[in-house]
Amino acid sequence: MLNKYPLIKYALYLVGAFVFSSVVQMLINAGNVSSYVAMVITYMCISVIAAVSLNLVLGITGQFSIGHAGFMAIGGYFSAIITKTSLFGMVDRAVFPDIILFIIALLIGGIIAAFAGLLIGMPTLRLRGDYLGIATLGFGEIIRVLFLNWQFVGGAAGYSGVPRMSTFVWAFTLAALTVIVIKNYINSSHGRACKSIREDEIAAETMGINTTKYKVTAFVIGAFFAGISGALLVHMLRLAHPTMFTFMLSVEVLLMVVLGGLGSISGSIAAAVFLTFFSEWFRDFGAVRMIFYSLLMILIMLFRPKGLLGSKEISLSLVRQGLSDLREFPDRIKKRFSKNTENGKGVS
Amino acid sequence: MLEQIIQQFINGISLGSVYALIALGYTMVYGIIKLINFAHGEIFMIGAFTGFYFKNGVNIYEKIAASSPALEGTFILYAIDVIVTLAVAMAVAAIFGVIIERFAYKPLRFAPRLAALMTAVGVSMLLQNLGIFFLGAAPRGYPQLLPTKSYEIFGAILSNRQIFILITTLLLILLLQFVVHKTRMGRSMRAASLDKDAARLMGINVNATIAFTFAIGSAMAAAGGILFAMNYGQVNPLIGLMPGLKAFVAAVLGGIGIIPGAAIGGMLLGVTEVTVSAFGYSMIRDAVAFAILILVLLIKPTGILGKNVREKV
Repeated sequence: MLNKYPLIKYALYLVGAFVFSSVVQMLINAGNVSSYVAMVITYMCISVIAAVSLNLVLGITGQFSIGHAGFMAIGGYFSAIITKTSLFGMVDRAVFPDIILFIIALLIGGIIAAFAGLLIGMPTLRLRGDYLGIATLGFGEIIRVLFLNWQFVGGAAGYSGVPRMSTFVWAFTLAALTVIVIKNYINSSHGRACKSIREDEIAAETMGINTTKYKVTAFVIGAFFAGISGALLVHMLRLAHPTMFTFMLSVEVLLMVVLGGLGSISGSIAAAVFLTFFSEWFRDFGAVRMIFYSLLMILIMLFRPKGLLGSKEISLSLVRQGLSDLREFPDRIKKRFSKNTENGKGVS
Repeated sequence: MLEQIIQQFINGISLGSVYALIALGYTMVYGIIKLINFAHGEIFMIGAFTGFYFKNGVNIYEKIAASSPALEGTFILYAIDVIVTLAVAMAVAAIFGVIIERFAYKPLRFAPRLAALMTAVGVSMLLQNLGIFFLGAAPRGYPQLLPTKSYEIFGAILSNRQIFILITTLLLILLLQFVVHKTRMGRSMRAASLDKDAARLMGINVNATIAFTFAIGSAMAAAGGILFAMNYGQVNPLIGLMPGLKAFVAAVLGGIGIIPGAAIGGMLLGVTEVTVSAFGYSMIRDAVAFAILILVLLIKPTGILGKNVREKV
C-alpha cells in the first residue's frame, strides 16, 4: 500500500532511521557505547555518504572523478566557517538553536561544493574522454593548497575550535537521506539517462539524450553530497585541516565504490562500512595500508572491472543465489570432471 | 625591467623543458592507447631516485677521477658522468614503464575505459606508497652533476644548469622526432596510433609497439625527473605528483597525441607559471596550470596544434 504514496514511504524510512540512531545515541550518551566506537560508527555513516555520492558519478554515470576529497574539503571548511563564526556573527548561539545553524551550515557547505562541481564539470564534461579525471585530480590538490594558504581558516595549522555538532543521529539520518535521494534519482528518468551514458555515450546521444546536461547534473549532485559528508566530518573532529583532505582520501572513497561495485548503492554502503572498519584497524600502518589498498584496486579492476558486485544490489535473492552457488559448487566441479571423462579427455 | 623579463623567461624555459619531457610520455601513450597514464608522474619519480642512487652510490665521476687524475674537472669527465647517469635512469624507468604496461594496462586493453583509468590511479598510488615505504617520505638533498657556474646575459643570470637542462631537453626531443619519423619502429608507432587493427593486418606487432612507446615515454620522464630534481635540489617519493599533473596540462595545451605540441605546451606552461610567481602570486602558481586546463577545454579542447577529429563509432 505504501508503494502508492512514495513520499510517505520515504518519510517513514527517514523517521525510522532517526529513531534507530536516536536510540543508539542514547546508548552513547549513557556511556554504554564508548566514545571511540561512537566516533567510528559516525565516521562509517560519513563514509557511506561520500561513497554513495561518488557512486552516482562513477558507477551510474560512468564519469571518472577522483577529486572527491576536494569537494569534501570545501563542504567541511565552509560549513565550519558558518558554525564557528555563528553565521558571521549574525546570530547569537545562546538563543539561536544549534540545529538550525547546523542545517544552514550543511546546506551552505553542500551548495558551495556543488557550485565548485559545476565550475569543473561544465568545461570538462562537455568533452568525451578522460579530462574529468585529470581536472578533478588537479582540483583536489589545488583546493588543498588554497586552504593551506588561506590564513582566515588557519592555514597550515588547520581551522580548529569548530563546535562539535555531528552526532551519530545526524550522520545516520543524513546517510539515510542521501541513499534515498540518490536511489530515487537513479530510478528516475534522469537516472536512466545517466545509465545509458555509462553504457554507450554515443548511442545515448543518438537517442536524443543531452549527455552533457545529465553528466553535469549527476556530477553536481555528487559534489553536493560530498560537501555534506565533509561538513559532517569536520563537525565530528572539531577541526578542518588540509592534511585531512588529501588525494589518499579520494582514493579511499574511490576504493569503496570499486569494492562495492560500480553502480551498486548497497554495495557502496557495505564497502564504506567495511573499509572504515578496516582503516580504523590498520590506522598505524600508513604506507602499508595504502599499498594494500592500491593493490586491491588494481586487482579488482584487472579481474572484475565492474567492481565486486557489479551493478547488482545486495538483496535476499542475491544472498540466496550466492548460497545456492556455493552449495552447487562441488557438483559443478564433479560435473566438469565427469564431462571430461565422457569426452574421453579425463581418461588416458 | 628588461632584465627581469629575460630572467623570468630563462627560468620559465628551464622549468618548461622539464614539463615538456614529461608531457612527451603522456602524449605518446595517449596517442597510441588513448589512456591517461596516471603513473607517469611516478615514473618520473623513479627516474629521479635512480639518478640519486646512481650518483651517490656508484659515482662514475669519482671513480674515473681517482684512476686518472688528469681528467678531473674536465668537460669530458662531466659529460661522461651526466650521460651515464641519465642513461641508467632512463633505462631503469623504461623497464618500469614496460612492466607496468604489461601487467596493469595490457590485460585491460579491451575493457571499459573506466577500468583502465582506475588501474592507472591504483598503479600511481602503489608506486608512491612503495616509495614512501622503502625510501622514506622525508625529502633528501639531490647531488649536483655539474659544478655551479653562472653567466650574465643582458643583466639576467643564467646558470650552467639551466643551459644544461635546455640542451638536454632539445637533444632528447630531436632524438624522439628522429625515432618517430625516421625509423621502422617509429613508423609502426604512428601506424598503431592511427588504427591498431589495420596496423596489425599490415604485419605490425602492435603489442611490441605499445611496449616500446611506454619504454620511450618513461625514459623521457626519467630524464625530466633528474633535471627537475637537480634544479629543485631535493627528491622525495611524492615529487612526481605535481609535475606529472602539470605536464598533462601541458600535453593538453599543445594538443594531446601530438609530439611537438607537448614541447610547445610544456614551454608555454613553464613560462606562464614562472611569470605568475614573479608577479608575487607564488601561492597560486600550482593553480595556474589548472586554470589553463579549464581554459583550454573551454576554448579549444584539441589544443594549440590539434585538429578537430570526428569520433567514429
